[in-house]
Amino acid sequence: MLIFLNHLINGISLGSVYAIIALGYTMVYGIAKMLNFAHGDVIMVGAYICFFAISSFNLPPAVGILLAMLVCTLLGIVIERLAYKPLRQATSLAVLITAIGVSYLLQNGAQLLWTSNIKMFPSFFPGQPVELFGGELKITVASIVTVAVCVVIMLALTWFTGQTKVGKAMRACSEDKGAAQLMGIDVNTTISVTFAIGSALAAVAGVLFCSVYPNLTPTTGSMPGIKAFTAAVFGGIGSIPGALLGGVLLGLIEIFASAYISTQLSNAIVFAVLIIVLLVRPTGLLGKQIREKV
Amino acid sequence: MKKSYLSKTNWVNFATYGMVIIAFVVMQLMGSAGMLSSTIRGQLVPICAYVVMALSLNLTVGILGELSLGHAGFMSVGAFAGAVAAAALPISSAPLRLGAAMLIGAVLAGLVGVVVGVPVLRLNGDYLAIVTLAFGQIIKSVVENLYIGMDAKGLHASFLENRITFTDGGRMILNGPMGVNGINKISTFTAGFVLTMIVLVVIFNLVNSRAGRAIMALRDNRIAAESVGINVTKYKLMAFVTSAAMAGAAGTLFALGQNTITASKFDFNMSILILVFVVLGGQGKMWGSILAATFLTVLPETPAMRELRDYRMLVYAIVMILVMLVTNSDKLKGLAGRIIPKGKGAADNG
Amino acid sequence: MKKKNLAALLMAGAMCFSLLAGCSSKDSNASTPGTDSKESQSAGNEGGNSGAATIKIGGVGPLTGGAAIYGNAAKGGAEIAAEEINALGGIQIDLRYEDDAHDPEKSVNAYNTLKDWGMQVFLGSVTSTPGAATAAESNADHMFYLTPSASSTDVIGGVANPLTGSVDIERRDNVFQMCFVDPNQGSASAQYISDKKLGEKIAVIYKNDDVYSTGIYNSFSAKAAELGLNIVSTTTFTEDSQTDFSVQLSDAKNADADLIYLPTYYGPNALILTQANAMGYNPKYFGVDGMDGILSVDGFDTSLAEGVMLLTPFNADSEDEATKSFVAKYQEKYGDVPNQFAADAYDCVYAIYNALKDENVTAETSASDMCDILINKFTSMTFNGLTGENMTWSAEGTVTKSPKGMFIQDGAYVGMD
Repeated sequence: MLIFLNHLINGISLGSVYAIIALGYTMVYGIAKMLNFAHGDVIMVGAYICFFAISSFNLPPAVGILLAMLVCTLLGIVIERLAYKPLRQATSLAVLITAIGVSYLLQNGAQLLWTSNIKMFPSFFPGQPVELFGGELKITVASIVTVAVCVVIMLALTWFTGQTKVGKAMRACSEDKGAAQLMGIDVNTTISVTFAIGSALAAVAGVLFCSVYPNLTPTTGSMPGIKAFTAAVFGGIGSIPGALLGGVLLGLIEIFASAYISTQLSNAIVFAVLIIVLLVRPTGLLGKQIREKV
Repeated sequence: MKKSYLSKTNWVNFATYGMVIIAFVVMQLMGSAGMLSSTIRGQLVPICAYVVMALSLNLTVGILGELSLGHAGFMSVGAFAGAVAAAALPISSAPLRLGAAMLIGAVLAGLVGVVVGVPVLRLNGDYLAIVTLAFGQIIKSVVENLYIGMDAKGLHASFLENRITFTDGGRMILNGPMGVNGINKISTFTAGFVLTMIVLVVIFNLVNSRAGRAIMALRDNRIAAESVGINVTKYKLMAFVTSAAMAGAAGTLFALGQNTITASKFDFNMSILILVFVVLGGQGKMWGSILAATFLTVLPETPAMRELRDYRMLVYAIVMILVMLVTNSDKLKGLAGRIIPKGKGAADNG
Repeated sequence: MKKKNLAALLMAGAMCFSLLAGCSSKDSNASTPGTDSKESQSAGNEGGNSGAATIKIGGVGPLTGGAAIYGNAAKGGAEIAAEEINALGGIQIDLRYEDDAHDPEKSVNAYNTLKDWGMQVFLGSVTSTPGAATAAESNADHMFYLTPSASSTDVIGGVANPLTGSVDIERRDNVFQMCFVDPNQGSASAQYISDKKLGEKIAVIYKNDDVYSTGIYNSFSAKAAELGLNIVSTTTFTEDSQTDFSVQLSDAKNADADLIYLPTYYGPNALILTQANAMGYNPKYFGVDGMDGILSVDGFDTSLAEGVMLLTPFNADSEDEATKSFVAKYQEKYGDVPNQFAADAYDCVYAIYNALKDENVTAETSASDMCDILINKFTSMTFNGLTGENMTWSAEGTVTKSPKGMFIQDGAYVGMD
């Protein structure tokens, strides 16, 4: 039972990291209708910025995170302006390939800037792990913070897209770009704002990801990127609560599959579950069922 | 009207055949004159394999209109089935053994294509894409845990752990995550050329047939096509399985031109690479796929790129982005004029 | 339609350009050997060149991508050796490294590029899977191959698979290793653990999709069974799942393992140590040469590695002059502490240099003749380098040098005896 609880906690911890990344994915997908494969690499950049702010310039962690968010937001805006905006009217596949190009660019740029040597991300969450059952079960502060931040971001995004003017504009763009434009919404700016928010989220995700799993290299972002993309689809891509649900479920399945079935096959099992879910619910767990119009 | 359309298509098709034949003849002549560097000679077979991969994916993406992010999975099936077959088949003639291995690779990949296609093709758009990605990952994991050896008694296989014991004189062929090692390289440029031509013939004939028109009708408007009585599952599956089988043959060609293959080679990045060929060359345009696959395979290995050293892959990424931006510029200009002020759109193209 | 035509035009143009570039550059290569390598010569021709033979040595390794850390380390070590040798006068070394991104296919491309350049001696691939591919190619070309770190038996060939007893690959007579061959490390570790009674209950975590890790594990488990070691938990991870080790560590913890054997590289090892500590699990650790480098990981809390045992041929903290000078030069040039990859590559260049020093080789000596000379020399000579004293090579391609048992104390290696 204790072992089961232990795996449960690990699964939620891993899952909430996926969820934060997936939230960024789902935001961008929901509005811009593009799979931003460079998202995972923006995460990596955010983690590097925070790492250097803390370890090289001895800035406090909070400043490091803010700096990472700032840099990633700027990076997101620049990428969007240079690489995606010119393709606004192109096929979604063209944008997908450009995003992959951007992903390669970021990875190789990071390697040139920061070398391929592993950096161990500092653990800056103070305090001892919370102990349950007389120390048999430990929950690290980083895990607790990750879960909390994940829920807060999810709620904030839900509020933002539901209540604010910009958020409503985003939803309108997501529904129908042409109609949104007719209603006086600046579609281009709205999409740019979405990218800025998505990239800021990526920075937070990067910092949290690396404080739980501290190996930082130029390729750190790619596998979590794919997993988070899977999580976003799992929950229903475009749905904010879906990203959270998908991320946590993915983390749990991954941990339980490797604990109780096989560490070698855990990835295969994760993807098999995804396939089954999509066959039963073709638009993900919380995705909108789109009715086809003739 | 119909006639002129067909003749134009035929013209493009013949030009494509011609292009491939000319390229083959030129390379053969240059090769026999000793004008090719080791680098180019070493890449001839992989280029053919990538060209066939791009053609086969173009059938799924360009003709059928479904995005697949797991095409490397079929290549993997073909590669490993072919490598095992080539090692196990008691055929002494290398070209015949290669042909038989390719056939086995294609059939197995086609079968996997049926298994994947039946559930996948019920989905739409990006959900279909993610399921193909998932299947690609599953195929990779399965191959990574598969052990196949051969001795006098025949083939032995084991999953997850290597429990194979040999009577005597046995030898491991597929060694789980370590893949197949010490492959007897029997793939030749000629074989690659023949496979490319076969694949082109199959694709062009399929596209120009009744089935091909049904498939394209599904791509253009599924509901309309369905309403006139086109069997969605049948035609989608037909295109998908053909595409998978071709990828399998390409996988065998590739594997038997390498010394070593591992399952991790055929991962998500490989699927993406093939997709890049297709999109860059133009969806539905077979000649475009051929050019793009050749160009992007050769590009990072050219002496000019090698001279860039540490900046090589950075430049490769920038070239990729720029080509995507430039190739989509015409449409951009036209629409840019309406949406954003002129000049700004043009500036963005750079 | 139009835009696609434009695209085609551009692509065709670009392709012609690239092909032309290929041809022209190749021509210049053929007419003036050795004049077109720019950066590669940064390592060469700096010292006094007294007109002695310039030997072209090529190497292949992952300089980009996930394994770039190993390739760049080897490249750095080899470059320092080449600089030192060139400063001595005598034989000059023109060193060139090409990138393979840890991929067998690209590794062969890189090898062919080096061949077109006129390489006479090959420093092999840095990593094992690509190493097996380039070893097969170089064997067909009869090009001497000395790898710093591709330790798998698939590279040298001719070694029986520990699980099945079958020899899956024929011995490649031109291929030699500077590093320990994997099975030796595995069985040596088991022997060490058994002799010193280091653990009652042993857990193993290895990287299942890595040739190096799996190779060591297979021979370790075979030897451990023979010695009667009590292995209570065996778990794996892969390239795609090397971020989270909670399951593997829980398994070891629940089995009460007091020693974890880690036949893996220091990147994941650093993470394993950190995560085990976070879950309050503090067993002893035993690593192999891949563990070396863990102390120089940026930001790693070295107190976590306190007491970690490893078998390694190289110790960057060693007091001997050669190591100190090498470490100082490496740090000055690259800003990092060199790991065993750098040291092995450094030794490789020196071993080749020593073997060639007394031979009458020139820039015109063909790679094939060079190969015969070197095979002959390597199987008969003794070499002292950073990674070992009195190293010898067998005709099977493996090196004999004693792995030093080390443990980490106060952030530094201390020899075990």
